[in-house]
Amino acid sequence: MTSETRSPLLKGQHLLAIDGISSLEALRLLDLAESYVGVSRQADKRQPVLQGRTQVNLFFEASTRTQSSFEIAGKRLGADVMNMAVANSAVSKGETLLDTAMTINAMQPDFLVVRHASSGAVELLAQKVSCAVINAGDGQHEHPTQALLDALTIRRHTQGFEGLVVAICGDVMHSRVARSNIHLLGKLGVHVRVVAPSTLLPSGIANFGVEVHRRMETGLKGADVVMMLRLQLERMTGAFVPSIREYYRFYGLNAEKLAYAKRGALVMHPGPMNRGIEIDSDVADGAQSVIREQVEMGVAVRMAVLDALSRNLPAGGSP
Amino acid sequence: MKSAAKHPQNRRAYVNASLVAPAQALKGPGGILIEDGWILDVGPRVTRDSVGSGAAVTDCAGLTLIPGLIDMRVFTGEPGNEYRETLASASEAAAAGGVTTMIVMPNTQPVIDDAALVDFILRRARDTASVRVAPMAAITKGLAGELMTEIGLLGEAGAVAVTDGTRAVANANVFRRALTYARDCGMLVVQHVEEPTLSSGVMNGGETASRLGLSGNPAMSEVIMLERDLRLVEMTGARYHAAQISSRHSVDVIRAAKARGLPVTCGVSAHHLVLNEHDIGAYRTFFKLSPPLRTEEDRRALADAVAEGVIDVIVSGHDPQSADTKRLPFAEAAYGAVGLETMLSAALSLHHNQSGPLARLVESMSSKPAEILGLETGRLAPGAPADFALVDLNLSWTVEEDRLRSRAKNSPFEHRTLEGRAVETVVAGERVYAYAGR
Repeated sequence: MTSETRSPLLKGQHLLAIDGISSLEALRLLDLAESYVGVSRQADKRQPVLQGRTQVNLFFEASTRTQSSFEIAGKRLGADVMNMAVANSAVSKGETLLDTAMTINAMQPDFLVVRHASSGAVELLAQKVSCAVINAGDGQHEHPTQALLDALTIRRHTQGFEGLVVAICGDVMHSRVARSNIHLLGKLGVHVRVVAPSTLLPSGIANFGVEVHRRMETGLKGADVVMMLRLQLERMTGAFVPSIREYYRFYGLNAEKLAYAKRGALVMHPGPMNRGIEIDSDVADGAQSVIREQVEMGVAVRMAVLDALSRNLPAGGSP
Repeated sequence: MKSAAKHPQNRRAYVNASLVAPAQALKGPGGILIEDGWILDVGPRVTRDSVGSGAAVTDCAGLTLIPGLIDMRVFTGEPGNEYRETLASASEAAAAGGVTTMIVMPNTQPVIDDAALVDFILRRARDTASVRVAPMAAITKGLAGELMTEIGLLGEAGAVAVTDGTRAVANANVFRRALTYARDCGMLVVQHVEEPTLSSGVMNGGETASRLGLSGNPAMSEVIMLERDLRLVEMTGARYHAAQISSRHSVDVIRAAKARGLPVTCGVSAHHLVLNEHDIGAYRTFFKLSPPLRTEEDRRALADAVAEGVIDVIVSGHDPQSADTKRLPFAEAAYGAVGLETMLSAALSLHHNQSGPLARLVESMSSKPAEILGLETGRLAPGAPADFALVDLNLSWTVEEDRLRSRAKNSPFEHRTLEGRAVETVVAGERVYAYAGR
């Protein structure tokens, strides 16, 4: 990389929430990520921009795909990556989140990639450490890199964001992916709809700048992108929706419902999918699906985020 | 109760003050003459000249003299969690806030659900606390919401009311019987108004909670419990007090119940009069309260209801928590904030912004709680205990952790500058607090 491309890209020290970055910052991240798509497709994928840096992945909530995506991203950029298996560590022996954070901080990492089941937990941790913190998902709050990789995937198939219609369908209430996407796509000029039964819509959702639909037929009508959300099993057996089959009947994405959307509309899912529940296999694996591309873009976006945040790190390492 | 006449003292007078004691229709210049812990005389006629040389005289120019405050909702950690707060440390905080009587809640370890434990609290307070302490005892054994406590014996031992503190008695039949039995004992029943099955959230339900990704408690969980309770009060005729309301809808419900002549009163915390859900900001756990802080519209309605008298009393809701229960992700952190030292100052902000008359604010923290609980304090009258506070209404001070006297430091007003505070607090004629300057 030349020195010009190492100019500052993000204002903040951390990436905690889409809500905290501007559309300009987001677009710059997408551009940088685009350049890493090509890098990742080369035989030699190494880009030594993080040479000597240490990245710790701290996942308080298990996640195979996000954690591996961050790990590969860090390694392609030359960082030393360590995965902390928090479930087996001192945390389960009663150590608090902040004690864990401060212990790791004392080991002088440059990046902490954190996932936690409680909303705001990553922000709390970021207040107590000196390195750059990346939110890899906090409770039902935000999952900023997921939104960025979704936006990058969309942009590769469309002529810009302005005026696009994106329908986000399913368990919006419990979804950090939905919140981050609503914020990011909204900033980029996308017309965002949410489609779900009211029991899966958060209170006050209409004030998030989205159009609210309760039926797939109207919600998907003319949509350029259909973004499905994962519905956790324990929520569809009477707690929030009556049964799996009822949910599938009204909200499961199959070819018939997809036909409400614009011809050739993109089908997305953050994974892992519940096939046959929120999405049919023939749609998930069909011609309109970009679900596997989302995974590829995930690595590129995370490389871009690590690169961008590294430009704000003190040259002599974190204090 | 603190023994009133333990140390006979010389006669003392505080003169040249501005008196505010609405229950005695005192408002204006005057003084107070005390002896042996009791008030001998009070009013405009008590002056430097009138008391002569028989009394030590304190000139209170520029200060307001009010009855000592009675805080109807104080949690301490004694017994069981003394590292958070003891009766002694809470009483220090109370004295600094102009509070001369703390009504302590039964949510301790063990729970105050037995006459011997009421006696324990009273004796510990007598031996260690610098202000008066009166306990509320549990309504149900172990606060479990199932079996009623010995309400009669608890009352005889000195409990001033029964409550399950931070828990609502959710079972309607249990609560109905407790109300019926308490009525026979002449005991006030104090309820935490929150329908538990609608209250699994950690902050006010609504858009702000949705944005933060936090689960919310709808205001209706409070209103539903309140409306249910009022029907049970109507059935049983028991005296009922809603410990803290937080929603504007509850104000309407209380107003209507009073118009119907039900024996109902309610309180609000000083925090809910000056803060709203937006103060939570980036998951600040010192603002995690139960009931939760609600919207600005609710806050304004609560302040108006205090001014109007629909809300009878202002409480601190003092609930000491330590770093291990507060320095956690928001959903996992404990509820509660300390408030004894800031209740008066926070309430005075309503006076300063012209949304609450000073006399009503003072009444809501002194004579009104005394009336509800049947206490002899809370008034400035000859023959009453000499409990009062001198207040500098305009003194600006900043809440800083290291200056708070409470053992716990979880104040939502941390680093905030408040206007007005107690500069001297007197309990049974003894000075228990003097402001040492900024």
